[in-house]
Amino acid sequence: MGSVTATVAPPTESNVILWFRTFGAIVRSGFRRYATYRQAALAGAVTNIVFGFLRCYVLLGAAGAAGTVAGYDRAQFATFVWAGQGMLAVILLWGRPELAERIRTGDVASDLLRPVHPVTSYLATDLGRAGWACVSRLLPPVLVGPLFFDVHLPARWSTVPLFVVSATVAVVLCFGCRFLVNATAYWLQDVRGPQILWTLGSGVLAGLYFPLPFLPDGLFLALQLATPFPSLLQTPLDVLVERDPTGVQVALVGVQVGWAAAILALCRLVQRRAERRLVVQGG
Amino acid sequence: MADHRLRAYGALLGAQARSQAAYRASFAVDLVGNVGATVFDVVTVLVIFGVTRELGGFTLRETLVMVGLSACAFATADLLVGNVERLPAYVRTGLFDAVLLRPLGALPQLLLMDLPLRKVSRAVFGLAVLLVALARAGIEWSPGRVALAVAAPLAGVVFFGSLFVATATVSFYWTDSGELANSVTYGGKEFTTYPVTIFDGWFRAAFAYGMGFAFVSYQPALALLGRADPLGLPAWVGWVSPAVALVAAALAAAAWRVGVRHYRSTGS
Repeated sequence: MGSVTATVAPPTESNVILWFRTFGAIVRSGFRRYATYRQAALAGAVTNIVFGFLRCYVLLGAAGAAGTVAGYDRAQFATFVWAGQGMLAVILLWGRPELAERIRTGDVASDLLRPVHPVTSYLATDLGRAGWACVSRLLPPVLVGPLFFDVHLPARWSTVPLFVVSATVAVVLCFGCRFLVNATAYWLQDVRGPQILWTLGSGVLAGLYFPLPFLPDGLFLALQLATPFPSLLQTPLDVLVERDPTGVQVALVGVQVGWAAAILALCRLVQRRAERRLVVQGG
Repeated sequence: MADHRLRAYGALLGAQARSQAAYRASFAVDLVGNVGATVFDVVTVLVIFGVTRELGGFTLRETLVMVGLSACAFATADLLVGNVERLPAYVRTGLFDAVLLRPLGALPQLLLMDLPLRKVSRAVFGLAVLLVALARAGIEWSPGRVALAVAAPLAGVVFFGSLFVATATVSFYWTDSGELANSVTYGGKEFTTYPVTIFDGWFRAAFAYGMGFAFVSYQPALALLGRADPLGLPAWVGWVSPAVALVAAALAAAAWRVGVRHYRSTGS
């Protein structure tokens, strides 16, 4: 006779196929959930496009007539900006602190009842969201930019598959970073502080405001190795515009994978520690 | 009657100030955090000038006058009326019905209901950037230029404020307008940070002269610096920004009045 608990007993035998099917189902439901907000997606895409024009002109202004600055030529700048405006929504650099709200209200308790680990299930939902963002937010700026600016198209066969890998890793990494920011709500009542720090830091350190190679070389390298931020946006875009030779491109993606693995492991650790001290108000 | 109204508005503002300052640590975090966005706007310009000597034909000192005018005007307008961008939420939740029921003006109520005091720090920083930029730009001061240095940022505040109100009225017709307003308000801030000469073609025409953003920072900065316009407009154009701001305010007021009249509650 086992005792009755609210928690579903963990499966005694691991079933990889079942796991993948569950994961896939959550990804699809994430896609469908975000695909309902069509007007919001349209409004967001228009804003991304307007900012694409603004940022593209600023970087072309920096490049001047001669045209090469910090290892980018004019066409590479254009690709960097327009792909970046789309990627911004795909990795979701700035999202609503949804998990933090669920922790504050206690709704998070229902997440803990599910037989899927919270980090895994939130990641699956976020991959679904990113999939919808590829259609609704990445395509518009990527299609509009080349109509008005000369863009750099990848010349090496390896670049596009490498970019796909790099962008996918960036989505996972950005999810992990946002999860950690949100998870501070388990300890703090008010996540505004961490949220503000993330919003400010991520934009400038990920390479959104200006390409990070504009900084001194040593500083750029230190940021890339010591912080996850450049791996969010700067790295996939550098891979796409072929700023470095193929070997360096692969190494950059390697650094990204390292950061994503480390941050995801940290997410699971933080979640385990949080569950031990979490007190959900009854009612 | 007018006295009563003023007292009612005063009560709204006082309640806001007390509630926002109640959580001191959060308020302090917000004060610091709000400076951040404008700090990074300035840092971005400095970093770009780290890799280039001039931007659109302007030096760093000259560009910083535009950055200062833009930052000061935007941050102050955002403090005073920026929260009108929450109108979509009020329309969606039906809170706007309650606002209309009270015997006070709808717009002042909305603005005073949550005047974001945490943004004070940002407005102060914007003003500081402008003062430093003006002091270091090597301007040959005359009484006229002193007057313009005072009038131009004020006109910029009115201009951006009008823009916040005008774009918010879209939510009377399209409840889920979401980020659309940002492309004009925050986009305008981005546009006015840089010399108009770096932009080109129809995009420049639309933003600079179609929507009037050239009069927030670029044209007044030319007049203050005593530079001829590379785009060929006459010198007096730098002095008309207050007039442009008044036109923008009139248009925004009209849009607001029409919008409120068209407002149909969502019923929620």
